[in-house]
Amino acid sequence: MTPTEADAYSRSAAAYVHIPFCSSVCPYCDFAVVAGRDDLVGRYIDAVCTEITTSEPWRPLEAIYFGGGTPSHVDPSVLGGVLDALSLKHGFSADAEVSLEANPEDFDVARATTLRSLGFNRVSFGAQSFDSSVLVALGRRHQSGQIESSVRAARRAGFENVSLDLIYGTPGETANSWRDTLRRAIDLAPDHISCYALTVESGTPLGRAVRDGAEAPDPDTQADRYENANMVLSAAGYTRYEVSNWSYPQHECRYNLTVWAQGQYEAYGNGSHGYRDGIRFRNIRRIDAYVSAVESDKTPRSGNDVIEGWDAEIDRLFVGLRRVVGVAPGPGVTTFLQSDSGRRLVDADVVNLVAGRLTINRPLLTDEVHRCVLDLEAPQCFPT
Amino acid sequence: MTDQTRIRNFSIIAHIDHGKSTLADRLMEKTGAVSERDMRDQLLDSMDLERERGITIKAQTVRLDYKASDGEEYVINLIDTPGHVDFSYEVSRSLAACEGALLLVDAVQGVQAQTVANAYLAIDAGLDVIPAINKIDLPAADPDRAAVEIVNILGGSANDIVRMSAKTGAGIDEVLETVVRDVPPPRGDPEAPLRALVFDSYFDAYRGVVCYVRVVDGHLGSGDSLRFMATKEVHDANEIGFLTPTFVRVGVLGTGEVGYLITGVKEIDRIKVGDTITGARTPATEALPGYAEPKPMVFSGLFPTDGDDFEKLRDALEKLRLNDASLAWEPETSKALGFGFRCGFLGLLHMEIVRERLEREYDLDLVATAPSVAYRVTMLDGSVTEIKSPQDLPETIDRRGVAEPYVKAMILTPSEYVGPIMELATSRRGIVGDMNYLSPERVELDFEIPLAEIVFDFFDLLKSKTKGYASLDYEPADYREADLVKVDILLNGQPVDAFSAILHRDGAEDYGKKMTGRLRGLIPRQLFDVPIQAAIGGRIISRETVKAKRKDVTAKCYGGDISRKKKLLQRQKEGKKRMKMVGSVEVPQEAFVAALKLDDDL
Repeated sequence: MTPTEADAYSRSAAAYVHIPFCSSVCPYCDFAVVAGRDDLVGRYIDAVCTEITTSEPWRPLEAIYFGGGTPSHVDPSVLGGVLDALSLKHGFSADAEVSLEANPEDFDVARATTLRSLGFNRVSFGAQSFDSSVLVALGRRHQSGQIESSVRAARRAGFENVSLDLIYGTPGETANSWRDTLRRAIDLAPDHISCYALTVESGTPLGRAVRDGAEAPDPDTQADRYENANMVLSAAGYTRYEVSNWSYPQHECRYNLTVWAQGQYEAYGNGSHGYRDGIRFRNIRRIDAYVSAVESDKTPRSGNDVIEGWDAEIDRLFVGLRRVVGVAPGPGVTTFLQSDSGRRLVDADVVNLVAGRLTINRPLLTDEVHRCVLDLEAPQCFPT
Repeated sequence: MTDQTRIRNFSIIAHIDHGKSTLADRLMEKTGAVSERDMRDQLLDSMDLERERGITIKAQTVRLDYKASDGEEYVINLIDTPGHVDFSYEVSRSLAACEGALLLVDAVQGVQAQTVANAYLAIDAGLDVIPAINKIDLPAADPDRAAVEIVNILGGSANDIVRMSAKTGAGIDEVLETVVRDVPPPRGDPEAPLRALVFDSYFDAYRGVVCYVRVVDGHLGSGDSLRFMATKEVHDANEIGFLTPTFVRVGVLGTGEVGYLITGVKEIDRIKVGDTITGARTPATEALPGYAEPKPMVFSGLFPTDGDDFEKLRDALEKLRLNDASLAWEPETSKALGFGFRCGFLGLLHMEIVRERLEREYDLDLVATAPSVAYRVTMLDGSVTEIKSPQDLPETIDRRGVAEPYVKAMILTPSEYVGPIMELATSRRGIVGDMNYLSPERVELDFEIPLAEIVFDFFDLLKSKTKGYASLDYEPADYREADLVKVDILLNGQPVDAFSAILHRDGAEDYGKKMTGRLRGLIPRQLFDVPIQAAIGGRIISRETVKAKRKDVTAKCYGGDISRKKKLLQRQKEGKKRMKMVGSVEVPQEAFVAALKLDDDL
């Protein structure tokens, strides 16, 4: 993917739909999810559809992403209804990417075929690991064999774009176990692989356990795993295009690319986040509060950040630097290179300049770069 | 004016906790100076800190009226003395105002190092020393053994020693009778020009500086114009009086009497303890002996943990100085710790007290650099300069030698600990001298040792090696050349001033290892490997490495939640603002503070 292609996504229109339902909540998860409230599915989906139909009309969407939660946990026809509402409201571009997240235990050929016929063309499986002890440690309900059968089912149903999410650095995971997970993932030849470091979030069961003395993931071990993944995946023909994402050429997730290119995306559902018309906005996080708000004709928005002027330039760097292609030259890049902390990052080889573009050379230190970016002040000549 | 033959001026000298203040309280009660109802326990120790530590920092004084068994009325002036070696000059001035001293010894603990040191001070001052054994009511009391130990120091007969209990009041009458009988009356010349000794002073917000004085010759009248012989200042006696212990104004203080003097001077450092007061019109030709300027012995940098508290620290120091003329400081800037003050103290206890008062009474959170002493550096041209901070030590090639202060130290210990103490003293470059058995169980060990070794950790080690039974006292001796080096701690090649120390070459490596090891655990990982080295000049004596940070990234920005991620990083960034830059290394101030505060194992 060339920088020009990547930057072109800044003009995309995308949409995110949140499906918060799960059969159980994983101990590390701090997303807006619910388990055991399937009774709310009907009202929730109605609320999402209402939110879609009452939103500002837009141009045809080029990427739609159903995330969760577990979109595959609910009946496919329900998701089909949401897709219809979206299509009716904004329209889809001819080659729109329509993704959903799915859990291996929910997936079979019949369901896959239905989802495919409803219009989904990309599926991202929460595989996490092929090591059964790691899966247990992560509180996952599937077995490694189900990952393999799910991927096969997706292929048989005609999904040409399949992704696997993997988690590394779980306490108890060994270097061998991680290598084996990578190997078995590659054997399935998914088009896209995401590798995420297990992150301890406060307020989750994992966060509480670590606070009470349970073993925390070791950052150095996670760095080892990450470097190993990058090496193995590259050798297998995958190219990293973002901090945690690898794909076959031309199989990058276009919804992701839109977000990192500072493109615009609508967001529907509880706890979802969007960026449209210069505003980063978020919806009410609690599912019941969200549903009540929509049902009583109130806005489900719980916050807006206006991104304009210098903030927009900082925002461009902030999101864009997660990409391997980095960010195009601009006042933010110039200011960065002139700042003390920016120069330190250049000296330490954390960032470098490739054909005028600022890129991150050591992706594992991205937060370090981000803190520096957020600290940049507008140069005097910058119009306010 | 009281006839000199009816005056008795005396001090009580004792080791910490041997019951000095309790005895003073009993004496006041007994003579009716204070009613039992008004009595706070241990009235003489009025500062909270003094009460807590059971020591006296500022001496106080009280006039007691006593009708003795011979039927005569006596005026007994009890002059309190500071109870610690750091204040030995102040002790010596208080003793100079007396003719006698009551040496109080705890019947359980027996003679301690300070007991001996104070007894020698009193004898040197020409005082008659009257021993008394206190706390005879305690079950563990062994007054016979204490008596033997006392006789071994003072001579005399064990049978003559008063045995008493300040707590129960037993033997208090005997103490008063002994004072009247054995303390000589003053023998000043009432006809001579006035000579009065300033033996203490303190600052009172309403009255200004209050001087405690002892009239030696002549008399001091209210309204007199007075010349202070050391400072050469002239002030009027605005008010004079007795301390009973409340202020009682009088018109004149006669020969041999003790009282207070208020001149209207507001600045404590314009009144020098030990100065001689004489009449401005008919001055005495010669001042009383013994005047000296107290000299700081121990130095430490004090820095506010929060840089914004610098002015607050300055104000607090100035307020403390109102009552403590011996406290000295100058501003100091540290790359690691920011702005602070290099403070000079009379000794370790003085330093501790000042630090505690600053933190407690002025609500400051302080970092103190390791205490050091004043070194005398001989330069190549033969000139000698005194340095009080390791940073000021000239380069090796610019100097011919460095001398450090030695002290004469005395340790009193149960005899079973002699071995470990000798070992400790020699390992700290002590030169062991005499060894005296005060009793079969108790030994006095004399030795000479560099003051720097004592200020470092000697007290703590002595306590732990003797289960707290040994006591230590010391007095300044002389300066001696030694193989002293400056150890610098380098962070990524840059020296961190706060950790530089002057040490004997033999102890340098240990210090280096401990500091580098400690800092490795405290300095956060950076973008690159950070070497932490200890160096003497250009030579590295130990090295540790803080490995480069490898992972600092949020794996996933879920659903494009950019705002939340930004806020999280903003918060982390706030933390970073408190970082200090040492070269290219970012170090949280807390790391420096922790490295200096963790002195348990150093």
